[in-house]
Amino acid sequence: MANISTLNTTAAGFDAVAADVSGPRGRRPKRALSRRNIILYGTLFVAALYYLVPLYVMVVTSLKGMPEIRMGNIFSPPMEITFEPWVKAWGEACTGLNCDGLSRGFWNSVRILVPSVVVSIFVASVSGYSLANWRFKGSELFFSILIIGAFIPYQVMIYPVVIALRELGVYGTLTGLVIVHTIFGMPILTLLFRNYFASLPVELFKAARIDGAGFWQIYFRIMLPMALPIFVVAMILQVTGIWNDFLFGVIFTRPDSYPMTVQLNNIVNSVQGVKEYNVNMAATLLTGAVPLIVYFVSGRLFVRGIAAGAVKG
Amino acid sequence: MTNSVSIRDLSLSFGAVKVLQNLDLEVHDGEFLVLLGSSGCGKSTLLNCIAGLLEPTGGQIFIKGKNVTWEEPKDRGIGMVFQSYALYPQMTVEKNLSFGLRVAKVPKDDIDRRIARASEILQIEPLLKRKPAELSGGQRQRVAIGRALVRDVDVFLFDEPLSNLDAKLRSELRVEIKRLHHALKNTMIYVTHDQIEALTLADRIAIMKSGEIQQLDEPMTIYNRPVNLFVAGFIGSPSMNFLRGELAEEGGRTVFQTHGVSFSLDGYDADSPLTPGRKVVLGLRPEHIHVDNHQVGSEMHDAVVDIEEPMGADNLLWLKHAGHTMSVRIGGAKRYAPGAKLQLSFDMTVASLFDAETEERV
Repeated sequence: MANISTLNTTAAGFDAVAADVSGPRGRRPKRALSRRNIILYGTLFVAALYYLVPLYVMVVTSLKGMPEIRMGNIFSPPMEITFEPWVKAWGEACTGLNCDGLSRGFWNSVRILVPSVVVSIFVASVSGYSLANWRFKGSELFFSILIIGAFIPYQVMIYPVVIALRELGVYGTLTGLVIVHTIFGMPILTLLFRNYFASLPVELFKAARIDGAGFWQIYFRIMLPMALPIFVVAMILQVTGIWNDFLFGVIFTRPDSYPMTVQLNNIVNSVQGVKEYNVNMAATLLTGAVPLIVYFVSGRLFVRGIAAGAVKG
Repeated sequence: MTNSVSIRDLSLSFGAVKVLQNLDLEVHDGEFLVLLGSSGCGKSTLLNCIAGLLEPTGGQIFIKGKNVTWEEPKDRGIGMVFQSYALYPQMTVEKNLSFGLRVAKVPKDDIDRRIARASEILQIEPLLKRKPAELSGGQRQRVAIGRALVRDVDVFLFDEPLSNLDAKLRSELRVEIKRLHHALKNTMIYVTHDQIEALTLADRIAIMKSGEIQQLDEPMTIYNRPVNLFVAGFIGSPSMNFLRGELAEEGGRTVFQTHGVSFSLDGYDADSPLTPGRKVVLGLRPEHIHVDNHQVGSEMHDAVVDIEEPMGADNLLWLKHAGHTMSVRIGGAKRYAPGAKLQLSFDMTVASLFDAETEERV
């Protein structure tokens, strides 16, 4: 600093130097309220509001008693917080003859979810791996057929699938539903895994073959440990997809093993008795909680996995 | 000398694209053979066929006298080093080295012994507990070589192992690979597009172009007596000067004529008769043209300096002469300004003549 002041005072002829010193220097200042920021944050705020207001209404309504709801102020916070609707939704709400609430559907969904996710991801990752690394005759054709499968509407395939399951003797059973989820998860998951494995350097696969590893050894000892991010992505896709599934659940299971979504529908859409909005809201929130938690816990991994598929590792 | 690897009538095509065509190659025991060529010439494909990673569409491959054409890579007695190192990222260096042995269910104490030996040879003992991501490029490549070393193989295959390294490391590791070959005396087949690597490392070089071997010989023979125009232009940096012209008779001697200038061919060792009138290409390496030196050759040619490229150790002059632009390599101490006049003489004992039509050596 002393240098600058001496420069300015003593050397009258050094105007140019003084201008250099006092001119723009270091980081460029940024205005907090620039037009760009207003548009950017304004848009984000509106978008966030769009999604959060319905959620707010649901949460608030689920914590009110019925008399308070009938007053019609859906945006006002509860005057008296009650957890009664949540308890009722979980353990007492009636669907048909059963009055044990959503808990039955929750456990049914878990029983459907776990094997479906495990089996579908295993099958898809193995087929993706073999399509990427063990090019066999007709592998491209096989892959194309699989991808085309992703574009056919589910409704078209329901009746044939019902017949197929009946002939296999697994219609209406948990096994049948797991098979259905595995098959319908195949196109997108296989594509996901194939592209990920194809993005890994092919030399790794060659090196492993020279080291004497076979199909399964390369899969389990080389590929699997490197594919963790894409497994997380596949898991999130399948957990949310299968948990939120309604169509297959209602078609391929019997009432006593209906998944949570089907049971939720039966509670909310029941035409008899009083509409218990608070219970309905609580039941919906309970049903949506699982995918929501999965996203919150693994969101960061999810983004990393998606990016890992695009960038060479 | 016995043959370590022999390739007989090997062909490979992907659909209609013929990558290798009826290729024959004999590699001697303990020999360092370099497959050299520009990208897409089939050199890596050939190496992958030897390794068993690609199935040939025709022909046979023998390793140590055994027909391995249908064998799995692991049963061929080969180790391979890749350009991208191909180290398993989730395993430590030690696990990387031992993976092949663990797959083959080699006893634990045997594995430890072999790793100790390999890591001593390659000086990677301090790195054994590290993961590949924590290693530098040179260290990674050393580990990759170690992976081939622990498996006690007969033949080492290198697929452009130094191409991912920076220039300084490349020349260091080049020397190390040469030292390794002297110590182990294994057969090594080395694929590269870098002619310096080829010339410095090889016992013999096979120069490849579109799936065929153009010339297979010792490095100095390839450098001094290239069999055709392609080999001549491919080897050498800066590349050989080519002068298009024809043979003529002048005072009872055969000379090369271009743009009215005659070059005496005294001392040229011809493979076929030098008939006057034949269209030929004269190839002269930049270091075989001499400037203001009356000791070499029988005649002097006047030339004008076009531009000068000083490179430290030596100095590259671009000259205009006989309607061609020629590059000449001279000592680094001598400098010439553009436009300077000088006299050239040519050493025809190391020159090359090629037929203009067949492009074969004359």
